[in-house]
Amino acid sequence: MPSFVIAEKCDGCKGGDKTACMYICPNDLMVLDTNAMKAYNQEPDQCWECFSCVKICPTQAIEVRGYSDFVPLGSSIMPLMSTEDVVWTCKFRNGLIKRFKFPIRTTAEGQANGYLSLKGKDLDSQLLSTEEADGFKMIKPTLV
Amino acid sequence: MALPNKILGETKADRDPKVVEREVDILIVGGGMAACGTAFEVKKWASDDTKILLCDKAAMDRSGAVAQGLSAINTYVGTNSPEDYVRMVRNDLMGLVREDLIFDLGRHVDDSVHLFEEWGLPVWKKDADGKTLDGNKGREMGTLKGGATPVRTGKWQIMINGESYKKIVAEAAKTALGMDNIIERCFIVELLLDAKNPNQIAGAVGFSVRENIVYIIKAKTIMVACGGAVNIYQPRSVGEGKGRAWYPVWNAGSTYTMAMKVGAELSMMENRFTPARFKDGYGPVGAWFLLFKAKTLNGLGEDFAGSAAAKEELAKYAPYGTAAVTPTCLRNHLMLAEMKAGRGPIMMDTVTALANLGKTMDKKELKHLESEAWEDFLDMTCGQANLWCATNTEPEKKNSEVMPTEPYLLGSHSGCCGMWVSGPDEDWVPASYKWGHKGKIYNRMTTVVGLFTSGDGVGCSGHKFSSGSHAEGRMVAKQMVKFIRDNADFKPAIKQTTAELVDMVYKPVRIYLDNCAYTTAVDINPNYIKPSGMALRLMKATHEYGAGTATYYQTSSKSLEIVMDMLQTMREDCEKLGAGDLHELMRAWEIYHRIWTVEAHLRHIQFRKETRYPGFYYQADYPGQDDANWFCFVNSKYDPAACKWDVFKKDYIKLIA
Repeated sequence: MPSFVIAEKCDGCKGGDKTACMYICPNDLMVLDTNAMKAYNQEPDQCWECFSCVKICPTQAIEVRGYSDFVPLGSSIMPLMSTEDVVWTCKFRNGLIKRFKFPIRTTAEGQANGYLSLKGKDLDSQLLSTEEADGFKMIKPTLV
Repeated sequence: MALPNKILGETKADRDPKVVEREVDILIVGGGMAACGTAFEVKKWASDDTKILLCDKAAMDRSGAVAQGLSAINTYVGTNSPEDYVRMVRNDLMGLVREDLIFDLGRHVDDSVHLFEEWGLPVWKKDADGKTLDGNKGREMGTLKGGATPVRTGKWQIMINGESYKKIVAEAAKTALGMDNIIERCFIVELLLDAKNPNQIAGAVGFSVRENIVYIIKAKTIMVACGGAVNIYQPRSVGEGKGRAWYPVWNAGSTYTMAMKVGAELSMMENRFTPARFKDGYGPVGAWFLLFKAKTLNGLGEDFAGSAAAKEELAKYAPYGTAAVTPTCLRNHLMLAEMKAGRGPIMMDTVTALANLGKTMDKKELKHLESEAWEDFLDMTCGQANLWCATNTEPEKKNSEVMPTEPYLLGSHSGCCGMWVSGPDEDWVPASYKWGHKGKIYNRMTTVVGLFTSGDGVGCSGHKFSSGSHAEGRMVAKQMVKFIRDNADFKPAIKQTTAELVDMVYKPVRIYLDNCAYTTAVDINPNYIKPSGMALRLMKATHEYGAGTATYYQTSSKSLEIVMDMLQTMREDCEKLGAGDLHELMRAWEIYHRIWTVEAHLRHIQFRKETRYPGFYYQADYPGQDDANWFCFVNSKYDPAACKWDVFKKDYIKLIA
């Protein structure tokens, strides 16, 4: 189910510091044709359909078309991302449309605590840093 | 006149890349769940002047197996005991597991899950009436750490809204480690041994897939955690659908190959995972079985898995087959028996399951149930949702086919191949299960001094999944800091010269540039082979001889002999891989990694003269389990100096009743 780029909508992220889809694709598939200033999927048969490029594209220029070897034409699924939710629009081949909204995170972006000031004490114990801080006691198994 | 051939990719490879040399104390290779755990934990223990570097082939926000998200966390111990966790993993993997490693993981894993929730991962909860709340509403019930009740599907799984799972975990990892200590799009391709100490790790070499740069990194200790191996067998879809692998298509066996090539001992590489999933889209079936209580039916509409014949078949594999939860491989085994007998295809009866659930639900609850079913796909296998749309499949009206996929190698899901690593330094761990260096024991260290692994890299310890891999990465972080404290005087030295290393990494580029002008079409040239061609060659060979889907996962001693010979030729031809751009150079190294990993897999299958995992693979010359001779681990070691393999038995020790 490879991603494709709608030529009219893609501006190559020329206003940004990096081409978003190229930055995020886990399999290094999305590349920028610097002459045309348009991105494209350079190896569609290695696309995992993970939608990372679709979700990150600032101009909503990327969509996904089902794998030609087993997906009939005419359907689509598109995510619309906000800071807290994703709304999926699922369009069936027969025209039926379903919409689903799911939470994606409960904190503001950038707020995941890195525990920068936490320092562990006993390097020789098996305790992880937050376990040690919580006063967790290492347990042993009941042996045969 | 025909148009000139366009070289794939936009970043052309240069013959002479820039070289960047770095010297660090701790090197983390990988950026998935395990590596994010290490990145989060490592500075909590390291002194401020410790130099730490993480290299990820992709971008951490969406790298590794959780890139697409997940709809469940499959390992949360909660009110269960770590001993029970060991029993579950042991039974699923037909008795042969490292109980020390599994117990150790079981006592730490929840701490990572509690962090995920704190960082912003929405976790489903039960309300006071036992009704399900999604991850947003569920916050009213408090946190898991505070004692709130998760929504369990099975005994170990909890439901989440995990679309941004990896982004959230990566955010904490990046904040904790600092972006100055991370190089994204850096593909480490070989580990390097120390010049003076033949079994000690000293560095790694790789390249940027964005610029013509070769990285040579000296390190006192290294963790390698780059996932399992995918696209090693011909997939059921051979066109565009090749990318719709069940496990992430970019996992190239790099973990196993890099470690084995410096002499790290491997264990249980014969183990594999061929998950039964919704056909073609490979959407998860777990929630359908466990949450929606759906059954699979054969082509005749029979509940074959619940039949008397199935019980009789399972009894042959007692005590595993007769346990309350049937091992994953045996569930496949029953399904394959139906298919082979002409009683396929196997259908997931979603219609009956949803109708049954609907009997006790009002309209609003039913709507919520439908949403849950779709979310299961949309949070982790978007393409399956599209396949349902394209085939006009509403699960309440139309059943969907289930089928076992092509084989995968991994150590964190329902599989257990990987490295033979030390257990924790505790008195209850048997002596043969723990080791280290200079009298100290280092948990999760491989048999190469200073080289650690976690997640898919650790053998004999499956069912860690995302949360367990993260926790294990954290455990390794602490051990690596301990290692550099104890070995402060160790100065890593690399044997090879810079020129030799650059030549090794960029060999496919140089071969390409030397020869590409000879023919009029860059992909067809007698002097090199493109990685895409080599990938198909590997997949055809394993498909036909190595217990792929072509033979219903069956191989034989003779077939193994043939495929081992083919792999040897492939390794020789890998010396002539050609890459015209950096993307293709990445593909060249990936296929090289895949070939070595597959060789280890088949070498182990060849050695184990029984069929331990029916449903995952069958050795036709040795059907059935042979506990008298084979109730043991199979380990192997490649000697990098002599370039020779050794495969041998290793004792299993039962620790927990």
